[in-house]
Amino acid sequence: MAAVAALYPEFQELGVEVLSLSTDSRFVHKIWQEQELSKMVDGGVPFPMLSDAGGRIGTVYGVYDQAAGVDIRGRFIIDPDFKIRAMEVLTPEVGRNPQELIRQLKAFQHVAATGEVTPSGWTPGATTLTPGPDLAGNVWKVWKP
Amino acid sequence: MAEKDGCVKPVRGPIATAAEKAAPAAGAGVAQEVPSMLARVGNEAIDFEASAYVIGQGFKPVKLSDYKGKWVVLCFYPGDFTFV
Repeated sequence: MAAVAALYPEFQELGVEVLSLSTDSRFVHKIWQEQELSKMVDGGVPFPMLSDAGGRIGTVYGVYDQAAGVDIRGRFIIDPDFKIRAMEVLTPEVGRNPQELIRQLKAFQHVAATGEVTPSGWTPGATTLTPGPDLAGNVWKVWKP
Repeated sequence: MAEKDGCVKPVRGPIATAAEKAAPAAGAGVAQEVPSMLARVGNEAIDFEASAYVIGQGFKPVKLSDYKGKWVVLCFYPGDFTFV
């Protein structure tokens, strides 16, 4: 969470809202902010921290671990039309890479704005592809891994 | 303004769409306001409402559909005060 919070200015620049969820209560979220997060990130975690009591939301998003009673690490990108564009789910031991999240957000925003598609590992400024009959079989001319 | 808040506060959790309410999944027993569909890429996000703590604002309910029209990242994680 702290890693995502540290990049919050970048999310804001992209017009992206972040919501975090765990099965902890809102009271615990408050104390975690005060006791720890505010010491990791200047000013604390700036986005709403949601309480998914009983894992009901995690259940419908497919990330609730019933045996452990917690939501595992799941990250979803939702577009302005309320469509889920991306999901990444990890078992708890490995943390996320927020830079990859930002790369994906930029790619989805680019695709939504232009109708182009972005090849593997695309970053802003790199080659994009415009799907169509002419491109079939000719991707190698414009893009290589 | 922060809501007036007791110790225990019911929240809606997942919110079924109108279509799901009209045609509940087969085998659904007691009528519950819980969507049967699991989140998938390409599908509409499943709406929900949850209690939240917002720094500088205190406790307030947050509803996902209030963010329609914006790009949103949802981050689930195992627990406060854990290590990663």
